[in-house]
Amino acid sequence: MAAPIGQPRVRLPAQIKAGEVIEIRTLISHIMETGQRRNQEGQIIPRDIIKSFTCTFEGQPVFSMDLHPAISANPYIAFPFKAERAGNLEMVWTNDAGEQRKLTQAVRLAE
Amino acid sequence: MMQATTLGRRGALAAAAGLVGLSLLPKPAAAQMEPATAAAIRKIIGERTPEEGRVQLRLPPIAENGNTVPLTVTVESPMTAADHVKAVHVFADKNPTPDVATFRFSPAMGRAQADTRIRLGQTQDVIAVAEMSDGKLYISRAEVKVTIGGCGG
Repeated sequence: MAAPIGQPRVRLPAQIKAGEVIEIRTLISHIMETGQRRNQEGQIIPRDIIKSFTCTFEGQPVFSMDLHPAISANPYIAFPFKAERAGNLEMVWTNDAGEQRKLTQAVRLAE
Repeated sequence: MMQATTLGRRGALAAAAGLVGLSLLPKPAAAQMEPATAAAIRKIIGERTPEEGRVQLRLPPIAENGNTVPLTVTVESPMTAADHVKAVHVFADKNPTPDVATFRFSPAMGRAQADTRIRLGQTQDVIAVAEMSDGKLYISRAEVKVTIGGCGG
């Protein structure tokens, strides 16, 4: 019954130098139904949101977020990351029903 | 009958908690805060009192569309293992429910910042509370004038 979770998109800078603090920008398509709206019959449309986002780098926590219905549809989340070494960022979005979308993003350092 | 009594008592308790919260917050931050917001903040920080400053909210002063208002929080911090920001909690004072988001930070970020887009039902203050690794708390607020509300009414 839960609304579909779209394919997440993640953007990193094209060139990353070791030790540089970069910005990671993410976007995922989702309705973020607040649970406050009513349908034409006057019944409340049940809440259905992405409730959490986590980002780890090689298994170590980097950033996470608890989302509430006050986050806009198609949640945009951006945060800094200090790129000390090459490796993989793992990002997970979870909805109210516990369904998840995962994305692995490689961090490559410029020579 | 029983249920009504219980609910009534809960409501009264929540209202009382809100009032207590209001009085414990620093004066400018507590100015005209809704009881529900004060209670939501209390739920996260307990009886501790936040100081003004260090956490900064960036929002447009006027939002034509309350459905998607860009928000940036930054905190002054070296973001080292010994001294970093643990979390920033964001509240919208006059939304149907005041909770907006909690950002959890780590030293791996290198800088204490987060960006997202939020819904604001009407003109109101947005409030941020930052929790530091040494247990200190900081609070700040920013007003946004909303032309078209964003709670799907």
